[in-house]
Amino acid sequence: MTRTTSPIFGRLDWSVTPYTDLLRKVDSNSLVGAGAATVLVLGAIVTIALITWKKWWGPLFKDWLTSPDAKKIGIMYIVLGLVMMARGIAEGFVMRTHQTTALGTLAEPEKGLVAPEHFSQLFSTHGTIMIFFVAMPLLIGLINFVLPQQLGARDMAFPVLNQVSLGLTAAGAGLVMISLLIGKFGTGGWTMYPPYTGITYSPGEGVDYWVWAILISGLGSTLTGMNFAVTIFKNRAPGMEFMRMPLFCWTSLCVAIMLIYAMPALTVSSAMLALDRYAGFRFFANDGGGNMMNYANIFWMFGHPEVYILILPAFGVFSEISSTFSGKKLYGYTSLVIASMSIAVISFTVWLHHFFTMGQSAGVNIAFGIATMIIAIPTGVKIYDWMATMWRGRVRLTTPIVYLTGFFLLFVIGGLSGIILANPSIDYQVHNTTFLVAHFHNVIIPGTLFGMLAGIHYWYPKAFGYRLDETWGRRTALLFVAGFMLTFLPLYVLGLMGLPRRSPTFQNPAFMPWMIVAEVGACLMLAALASLFWTFRTSFKNRTKLAVPGGDPWNGATLEWSTPAPVPEWTFPCIPEVTARDDWGETKRAGDPWRAPDTYSDIEMPANTLHGLLIAAASFGLGFAMVWHIWWLAIVSFLAIPGIMAVRGMREIEPKIIPASQVREEDRKFRERVASLTPVTRADEASERNQGVPDLSEFAG
Amino acid sequence: MSDNTLYPGLNLGDSHGEAHVGAETTVFGFWVFVMSDLIIFGILFAAYASYLDPLGLAGAPGPKDLFDIRSVAIQTGLLLLGGTAYGGVSLSVKYNCSRARVLGWLAVCAALGAGFLFFEIKDFVSQAGEGGVPQASGWLSSYWALVGLHGVHVSSGIVWIIAMMGQIVWRGIDDAVKIRLSMLGVFWHFLDLVWIGIFSFVFLVPLA
Repeated sequence: MTRTTSPIFGRLDWSVTPYTDLLRKVDSNSLVGAGAATVLVLGAIVTIALITWKKWWGPLFKDWLTSPDAKKIGIMYIVLGLVMMARGIAEGFVMRTHQTTALGTLAEPEKGLVAPEHFSQLFSTHGTIMIFFVAMPLLIGLINFVLPQQLGARDMAFPVLNQVSLGLTAAGAGLVMISLLIGKFGTGGWTMYPPYTGITYSPGEGVDYWVWAILISGLGSTLTGMNFAVTIFKNRAPGMEFMRMPLFCWTSLCVAIMLIYAMPALTVSSAMLALDRYAGFRFFANDGGGNMMNYANIFWMFGHPEVYILILPAFGVFSEISSTFSGKKLYGYTSLVIASMSIAVISFTVWLHHFFTMGQSAGVNIAFGIATMIIAIPTGVKIYDWMATMWRGRVRLTTPIVYLTGFFLLFVIGGLSGIILANPSIDYQVHNTTFLVAHFHNVIIPGTLFGMLAGIHYWYPKAFGYRLDETWGRRTALLFVAGFMLTFLPLYVLGLMGLPRRSPTFQNPAFMPWMIVAEVGACLMLAALASLFWTFRTSFKNRTKLAVPGGDPWNGATLEWSTPAPVPEWTFPCIPEVTARDDWGETKRAGDPWRAPDTYSDIEMPANTLHGLLIAAASFGLGFAMVWHIWWLAIVSFLAIPGIMAVRGMREIEPKIIPASQVREEDRKFRERVASLTPVTRADEASERNQGVPDLSEFAG
Repeated sequence: MSDNTLYPGLNLGDSHGEAHVGAETTVFGFWVFVMSDLIIFGILFAAYASYLDPLGLAGAPGPKDLFDIRSVAIQTGLLLLGGTAYGGVSLSVKYNCSRARVLGWLAVCAALGAGFLFFEIKDFVSQAGEGGVPQASGWLSSYWALVGLHGVHVSSGIVWIIAMMGQIVWRGIDDAVKIRLSMLGVFWHFLDLVWIGIFSFVFLVPLA
């Protein structure tokens, strides 16, 4: 590739697409690269064509992209997360397939589906995408959708800032996506450790794609954290004391605090790497006073709280569903609150276990090893609390409960392998092997992924007004459970046998049987992904049969179940007065929960705005221009961001007013509808008789 | 609203009605943002400390060769006076003084901030002339990044002041502008706070 920089196009030229590689040499490697780019291009064309054909541009723009409504922003985050997940799982499949074909010999060490360089890009994008652009959007999206509803708030504290956060995250995701087609991604793994990722050893655009995607989306996550925290501290409904908040709100608060304190570390480490690469700074250079250990240190100051950012929302979801689907009050509410907060705090004291082998003293290692093991205690408390919640409950085996059961069985194994790794002397033996890969997939998939999918299943009716198909939901859940076990449990064995992680090739034939098992698992994961999308499709087709206009399909106990499904833009006709923990449940117990409020008043909602979209476009432009050294575009985009903010600051922005008469009319219709529907018993919950009005006599939560 | 739930700092006060109530959420949110920003500075301080040894200095020009403590003292004076001047803005807004007085105090803040930047940039230029460029050693990288980031903050503070002056002229001192002026105050004082850390830790410690 040429390295001359044109003043207009920077380093962009026609040689940067994977099709150039394909023209140069046709083999499985260039075919995979070009195929992925083609999927991206075709996917974009099909999406645009579909939107044009269905005439969706107007509604997409008016109702979604310019909406500052937290519920819609949440849904958009989740859509972003699911799209990125499709790519992430596909990459995982390609990697497993590559390793299954990668048994080389001493004479011919390089073998397999893709070239080593390409394999390195795959594990780098896979990790980056799964952490930053799948797990984070899914959990931030779910919190956005659920948190204000559970707190009895109309919206987030800063709705427009929320839109900006989504825009920044999407801009980062866009950068990672576009790297499929234009140029290459970095090969330093999702952590991008220098000095390998310094300009000397990684001169191309790859690491820059990562740096800018992380800097931009990381800023978005920091702002999201602020928004969540302020919402919880300032926007709770009257009477919603801290110890009355649903557990999901508590874990959201933990996430918010961790985002506020942890994301800056990632911003600093990535910005330092960027300074090293662009301006020749010596932070992480090999000589001249550089010290790469600072990178590992600062990165993991973010990185370890991050894994608890990923897991805590799932813990919140499990707290909600274990109670709802067992028809019992959550066992040990206070202990769960304390455990969540302990995890959030202790998570800041363990980061060093990510580099036990970096050369610090044994005393330092053991201190961090013990801190790491201590985290298992609050986590264990939680597992017992959920099991006690289900104990002697009337448990219904709905999809979320299938996920929860899978979580119980598998997450504990993952946690225990974490305890093993927390012991520095053992870590020295197995670090950097696939044992570690098995461990973190073992906590993130049954933890975060199962939790998020369970949450999506649970709250889906609230968002769209119909339930997801239970049969396909359970099939998906079981496929994910089976797929996970077959794919990742063999990696424990392979790691103990000595296979280093990220190996593009290996020469030990004894690895092969386990590789093949893992490959079968990867196929199941692909099937699970397909099944997940099929669940959405088939449920959409049957949406009239699955409709739950009553709004309370699971006989829930928290505030969000008191409203219609789909939930109106203003959420509550008037802000509820909270008198108890599980307020909606207590109202049900008292009888006649669907009584209309005495008075209605005009509701002020934030007006739609282009702000988030403009900031997203400018920051994407900035990132792309910096990656390709298109300096004029970088300067224009960089100046555009404060410019957009200044222009908005000059204008006086009127809120959107929803008149009381409209609220009263819609609310009256909803309450008449509820009165006309037949209540459904738990036994019929999964059948078409479930129209969102539960049999109150059965409520026991 | 009882006083003990209010954000720390100078509040607008009850006579400002909705702006006072609205400021609570917004300014509290800004405090949270500043807290997050402080972590960024905190990490850079820690990095600076880790490079402040013979390995990090790597034979390149060091603190004793580069730092002009007189210029740093002048910068400190200008910046802290600028912080004090913002008290004028906050008080004139709180006690409903004339628009011109608010604009005047803002202009004083911007001018003192610009004076600070002038001396800071002058120092950077002369240090670069003596071979103290950020590419010369790990310590110099961390020095330029930390002090430079603070300078970038001061510059954006000045841009923000100018934007606020535009808003005051354009739309008057309405509720939104009052709340934004309260946030700007938090930001402007935050820069003083960070500078005190930089003055003592970055400049005085290695010279001591």
